[in-house]
Formats: sequence, C-alpha cells, structure tokens
Amino acid sequence: MRAFRSSGVMGVIALVAIPSAALPQGAFDRSKPPQPGPPPRVALPPIVTRELPNGLKLMIVEHHELPLADFVLLVGSGSTTDPVSKTGIANLTSVMLREGTTTRKSLEIADQIAFLGINLSPSSSWESSTLSLHTPIAQLDSALALFADVALRPTFPADEFERLRKNRLTDLIRLKDQGPAIANLAFPAIIYGGTHPYGAPTLGTEASVKSLQIADLQSYYQRNFKPNNSTLIIVGDVNPNQIEQKISALFGGWQRGDVPQLTYADPPRAAPTTVYLIDKPGAAQSSFRIGAVGVPRSTKDYFALSVMNTILGGSFTSRLMQNLRETRGYTYGASSRFDMRRAAGPFLASAEIVAAKSDSALLEFMKELNAIRQSVPAAELARAKQYLQLQLPGNFETTQDIAFQLVPVALYGLPLDYYNNYVQNIETITQADVARVAQQYINPGSLAVVIVGDRKSIEPGLKATNVGPIVIRDMSGQPIR
Amino acid sequence: VKKNSLLVAFCSLIGSALVAASLGGQATPKIQFEKYTLPNGLEVILHEDHSTPIVTVDTWYHVGSGDEQIGRTGFAHLFEHIMFMGSQNVPVGALDQLLEAAGADINGSTTEDRTNYYETLPSNALALALWLDADRMGFLLPTMDLAKLDLQRDVVKNERRQRVDNVPYGRADETILAALYPQSHPYSWPVIGSMADLSAASLEDVKNFFRTYYAPNNAALVIAGDFDPVAVKKLVAQYFGPIPRGPAVKRRTTVPAVVIPRDKFVVLEDKVQLPRLFYTWPTVKAFASDDAALDVLAQVLASDKNSRLYKKLVYDLQIAQTVRAFQESSRLDGKFQVDVTPMPGQKVSDVDQVVRAEIANVIQNGITTRELQRAQNSYKASFLNRLASVLGKADQLNFYNYFVGTPDYVQQDAARYERVTAADVQRVAQKYLGKPKIVLTVVPEGKKDMMLTAAGGAR
Repeated sequence: MRAFRSSGVMGVIALVAIPSAALPQGAFDRSKPPQPGPPPRVALPPIVTRELPNGLKLMIVEHHELPLADFVLLVGSGSTTDPVSKTGIANLTSVMLREGTTTRKSLEIADQIAFLGINLSPSSSWESSTLSLHTPIAQLDSALALFADVALRPTFPADEFERLRKNRLTDLIRLKDQGPAIANLAFPAIIYGGTHPYGAPTLGTEASVKSLQIADLQSYYQRNFKPNNSTLIIVGDVNPNQIEQKISALFGGWQRGDVPQLTYADPPRAAPTTVYLIDKPGAAQSSFRIGAVGVPRSTKDYFALSVMNTILGGSFTSRLMQNLRETRGYTYGASSRFDMRRAAGPFLASAEIVAAKSDSALLEFMKELNAIRQSVPAAELARAKQYLQLQLPGNFETTQDIAFQLVPVALYGLPLDYYNNYVQNIETITQADVARVAQQYINPGSLAVVIVGDRKSIEPGLKATNVGPIVIRDMSGQPIR
Repeated sequence: VKKNSLLVAFCSLIGSALVAASLGGQATPKIQFEKYTLPNGLEVILHEDHSTPIVTVDTWYHVGSGDEQIGRTGFAHLFEHIMFMGSQNVPVGALDQLLEAAGADINGSTTEDRTNYYETLPSNALALALWLDADRMGFLLPTMDLAKLDLQRDVVKNERRQRVDNVPYGRADETILAALYPQSHPYSWPVIGSMADLSAASLEDVKNFFRTYYAPNNAALVIAGDFDPVAVKKLVAQYFGPIPRGPAVKRRTTVPAVVIPRDKFVVLEDKVQLPRLFYTWPTVKAFASDDAALDVLAQVLASDKNSRLYKKLVYDLQIAQTVRAFQESSRLDGKFQVDVTPMPGQKVSDVDQVVRAEIANVIQNGITTRELQRAQNSYKASFLNRLASVLGKADQLNFYNYFVGTPDYVQQDAARYERVTAADVQRVAQKYLGKPKIVLTVVPEGKKDMMLTAAGGAR
C-alpha cells in the first residue's frame, strides 16, 4: 500500500456551492486536466431524536440501502474516571461486558454472536465507553436482545476476569516489543505528567492490573452505566417509531442515577523544548512523537485548527508528508493531529523515521513546526479547505460511517445541524485565521520531542541538532532511577 | 480467501442497483454491472449506485510480485509507488494535489497476483480521476527518471522497515515462504521484497516492466458509483481509447509442485520477549474445490472463544496468549497457517502437543453442526457487509473479473460456503493438515534452544 492516510479532523456534510471552474469544453487536449464541475449537493439524512423516560437519548438515522443496521450505545464515561493507581478499570469493564450476563455465560455470548453473523464489540476511550452492534435486519430481534443483555446485565464472573487479567498482563509485556507502541504511551505520560488522567495508560500498568478487584469494575459500572449518561445511536434499515418501541421494551427498565461529573487538574506547564529519548536497541526506525497539550473539542478554533492541521500534517499533500516522505524519503508517512477531548487533548506530529536519518528528520520536523506559523499561500489554503469540504459525502456512505460521524455529536453535544453547516464553517477560514491558530497552539519553544529508537546510533546526531537537551527516559516515559 | 497484507482490506461492500434479498432466505445480492472491452484491450466494468454522490475508479493491472524476476523481488510494489510520481502531462506531485483538492481518497496496493490504483471522490470530479489514470497508463515513461525511482526506493525501504523489520515477528512471513516454496515458485518471496533487491532496481527495469505489463490489454477499469453511463463511456473512450495496445502478456498458469516429504523445523531470532509458533501446510489456490471448506476449517479452529484451538489454548488451559488460523489462497496456489503465542513461561512443546491433539481430533471425529452453522452464518453476513461501499463493490468486481473471469460472481462465491458440509471440513483437515508441514518458531534473540524440533513436536 502506498501510504497510511490519517487525518486528524472530523467529517462533514451538505456541500453548498463551492466556487469551481468551468466544465471542460471544445476539443480534447490531454495536456489540461479536466476541471471538476459544481460539487454535488448532499443532504444528510435527518437525525430523529427521542428520549426515553429514564433519560436514555436516541439518535436515529434511516438508511435503507441494505438490510443492515448499526447501533452504538455511547456511555459518557471512560478511563478518566480511573484512579491513578488503578488505571485500566474502565477499559477492562468494557471488555468484561461480553464475559457473562445473568442469563448467558461467556461462551454462550460468543456462540450467539457467530451464529447470528453479527458484530458485537465493546470499547472504551478517555471519556466514553461504547458497545457497538452491526447486524443484518433479518437477525434484528435476536441481536438486540443480546445487545441489551450484555449492556444492562453483566455479571463480571471471577474466573473470566482472572483470565482477562492474565491476558492483559501479557499484552503489556508484548507492548514493549513495539517501538511505536512505546512512543504512544510515553508521549502522553510526559506531556500530562502523573496527575492528569490523560497521562495515564488506558490499558493499565502491570502494577495497576495486578491490583484490580472485580469490585472496582462493578462499582465503576454501577456508577457510570446509566441511561441518563448515555445515547443510543441507531443507523440503518429501520423505522424510527418501530425501533423506538423495541428499544423502549429492552432498555426502558434501566434505572437512572446520579453520575458524578469529573473535573481535571490543569496539565503541567510545558517545559522548554526537550528531546526525551527512549532506548530501543537495534530498532530499524525511530518512532517520533512531537507535541504538547492542545485544545478541548469545545474550542472556538475548531475549524481553523482543522484547516491548519490539514496543511501541516493532515493530508497526503501536507507539508510534513511532502517534506519527510516525498522529498527526503526518510519515512513511509508523517502526519500531525489535534486529538480533541472534553479537556485539552494532545497535539502531536509523528512519523517512523529510518534510524540513520533521525537527526535530519528532527530538524525538518522543527522547520515545518516553525514554518506553519508564517502565512500560508492562498492556493495551499484553498486546497486544504476543498479537501475537507469535499470529503464530506464519502464520510456518510455506509451505516457504519454514519454512526461513526454521530458519535462526536452525541459525546460533545454538537448541534444536530453540525454537518449541514460544516462546509460553510470551513469556507470562512482565512490565511490570517490559520496563522493565528498556528502561532497560538504550536509553540516550537515548548515541545516534547519523544523519540524511541536505537540510542547508541542516534543520540550523538540528535544532540548535535541542538533542538533541546536530551533526557533519557524508560519505556513508560518515566525518569530512569 | 484471506487477503494479503498489502492488499487494501475489502471494506464493506451494495447499493441502489443491487437487488437485496431478505436474510431469512439469505440470497446474497447481485451486483448489476455492464462490461465491455475497448479496441486496445482495456476491460471496462461499470456499476451504477446513486445512493451517495461519490464514485470509485479502481484500475487493476494483472501483474504482481509473482511476475518478478529473481534478484528483483519487491519490484511490482516499488513500481506501484512510481505510478504516483507523475506522467507526461502531470508534473511530480500534481496527481495528489489535484485529487486532494477534489476531495479524493487515493491509494494503491500490490499482491502476488495484481496491482491496483483507486480514487474515491465526489462524482463531479470523475473526469479528473479518469484523466489522471489514463495519463499514467499511457504516458508514464516520457518523464520517468532516476530521481523518481530513487525517492520511492527510499520510501518503500521505509515501508518495509515499518511493516516488517521494525515489527515483532515481522520477518516470519518471508521466512515461511522461503521454507515452503522452491525458489522457482512465484510466491516464494514476499510482496515487499528484500532490501538488496530494492537497491538493485534500475531505471531500465522500470521501463521494461512498464512496457511489458502496464498496457491496456493487461488491465481492467472499474467505475462504481454515481455517474451517467453515457457520459462516462465517452470519457473512457476519449482518455483511454488512444493508448496503444501492448504486446500480449504471457500469464503464468501453473506453479511448481510444493512437496514437503516430512515436517521441516525452522527457527528465526527476533527482538521479541515471547516465542511464537507458526505451522504452514501447502493447500489449494483460490476457488479450487477445497478452498471454501479450508476457510470454514480455519474458522472452526481459531476464530472466537468457541473455536477449537482458542478454547483449549487460550480459554481453558490458558497456556497461549493468541492463536490464529487462516487459509490464504491466491490465484495460483494456497497455504493454510496456524500460529500461536505461548503465555510467558509456557513451553512451545506443550503448546504444540495441544495444537496437534486438536487438529487430530477434527480429523478423527469431525465437527459439529453448530460449528459449521456458526462459520457459515458469519460468511453469509460478511458477503452482505462487503457490498456497503462503492470502493468495496468496485474491488469485488475487479477481483472476480480477474480470478474467475466474470465480475458477476458474488452469489456463486457465497454459494460455495453454503455447500460446505461437516464431512467436507473433516475431509480437508485430513487431506491437508494431516500432511507434513513447515514449523517455524520465532524466538527471542540468543534463545534458539526454545525452538520446536522434531523431538519435541514431530508427528
């Protein structure tokens, strides 16, 4: 494959008139690219919202192309509720949902999932936990009964938990084989420190996983899995009234309750730019994660940041990708993103760099992180805006795509017409906006440069770049004692 | 048919033009299409789906790593990268700039058998995608130079580092291929190739490869999504029609026999903390009569918690961390693989005993109706899921067109799995997994003594 393409921006819909050049005309001249015609008008299917008496919110989108449906139960709590010494609770709780209910044992749940030909997967993140169901309509009733049972009546059996604990401890051992995974864990630990929940590993640590009790998971579940803390997203070949009745029958008895609202400590002040080097002897590539604490999803600068990041590292034609890959060949892919959450999530630029070019790559990264603070050319701005605007229809193609797009609407309380206004919101962004947000949110003087690689061969070169002092850290990003 | 790692995953795939049947009766929907061939030999396949205003252009060239010469492994994939570097009317970088400004998703992929290039973009920009694809099909060489080759050579070497060399167990696949196949077998080397061969590729190789394989008569163009077929046929004729036909491509139809007289034990040291065992048996190519039954066997052995190996090794005994099984079948040949990662402190020989016992149990006693139904129902659903996106449908049409000679094969493909019986699964377990195999142990550096040997694991 040619490239990992990842973009750090949310999707969009409803393409209103974007200025476009005239249609090709006259005789065929191969030397001139045909100009695209006016963009197609896209109408996001309406979102029907309902609320059950217990506070469970429903967001329903009809999509009748195929006899399929997707359901996402989105619970508004996740790993940020884990106490510092007990990281892993939220994650293991979501995994345990499929391990036994009051009427089904773990193996019975697995048997029914395969027999029905459905997907039923729990997952968790910093501030949410989800249970996703993808089902053919022919199996809808059986699939929904299983879905509700797993969501509402988990029993957290001790033997299943001990098995998962053993498995998780082995996962944590195996993570240390992978440079990119080490970098992904060390970077947030370094920029958020030990007190902010975004600095802790969601999978837990060896010590925390060993210390967890089933009661920890049960009490987390009891406190947070409440209908008034949840939204059920439904997309597919369904009728809103009929599906509401089915959901009401299955989820209507779920008891509401008070869910504690979390407040987070402020993240530590950013230190002057420092290179944190983690030794991975013999690594063929160095894993670069460069960044700082960024912005919350509620930022007023969301659209300006989306455009700016598309130019910096959010597309194939972005500066980081073009410089580090397409000009210098140092990597298979370089990118950047703002990971926006309820509180300020990280901004980071990243790449896997051939070990021998670690020093040169660091200088190029720093060059681009400085250059983005200068005014961007109009043509580059226009291309980035069109890229974001015109990707919109493709983000709403399948039932799974649509459900995925609705998650941030539910999680961050975005307006229901968010996607209908997306194109216009991107359109308003100017060169001045891009320069302003780059200057405000990317400070080359206070970045954490986390590099996991072969210390022996790369440290002298990194030192010679004078980008910042070199500090050696362990595989968790902690000072070496 | 497990997809090769370098192949873009079949996203899910149907659309407005599909006749969806109820899942009770469970007929897999048919994909409507129109196929025709230009005078220069280019096959064109059109599928309309107006449900979303987007369209996919998916071009398959019928050349892959299996067509490479010894000493030039990885070249088909390196060439794929070069196809994005511009052509006579497209300066370096312009392809990406034009397509991203049009809102396109763009990529390519290479397997043993074929190379593809696709764009999924808003339907208003379809002409742009066709124009770009025609320019690189017809006019790549006039602006080709060593700088383009050298740049992508470095990028691909980094792709190899990122996917193989810097990944735990990443070199297992190429180690297995070399042990399983004779060197004259087209699948005996990995798609990504070796560093030495990537270094050796020359500009002359690029030109010869293009002239030999990148001709319209060795390609198929699928356009799927929201378009007007009359207008599109005109554009296709205008852009692709004048590209001259190339020499006829001699396509390989047979491979050397794969003979493994007795179990062969191989060891590979890697930067890992836990060893991993890989068992590989030669099987059959895609769509051969036992291919679907082998897919079902893989599901029965290692998929969810109830699958035989997972339940015993991971769930009950808890002596393994992971187990996987798959039938990987390509155009000319296939293999069946099982791999297991023991838990810390567990011996590979103990894990091996269980693997052998569970496979022997299937061979001797067969499988249950419920096991068969679970696997069949999962396949049934997967055929429906593959029809959700225009990219998925485009790739399905191209896949069937090349592998079985008609784009319209999804229903027949689904029917293969419906026909599998429990007796078939038992029979193929005996016929293929009852034979000698390649056993690779990947061990932590300096711990070759951890490898499984004939003494510890031979039948």
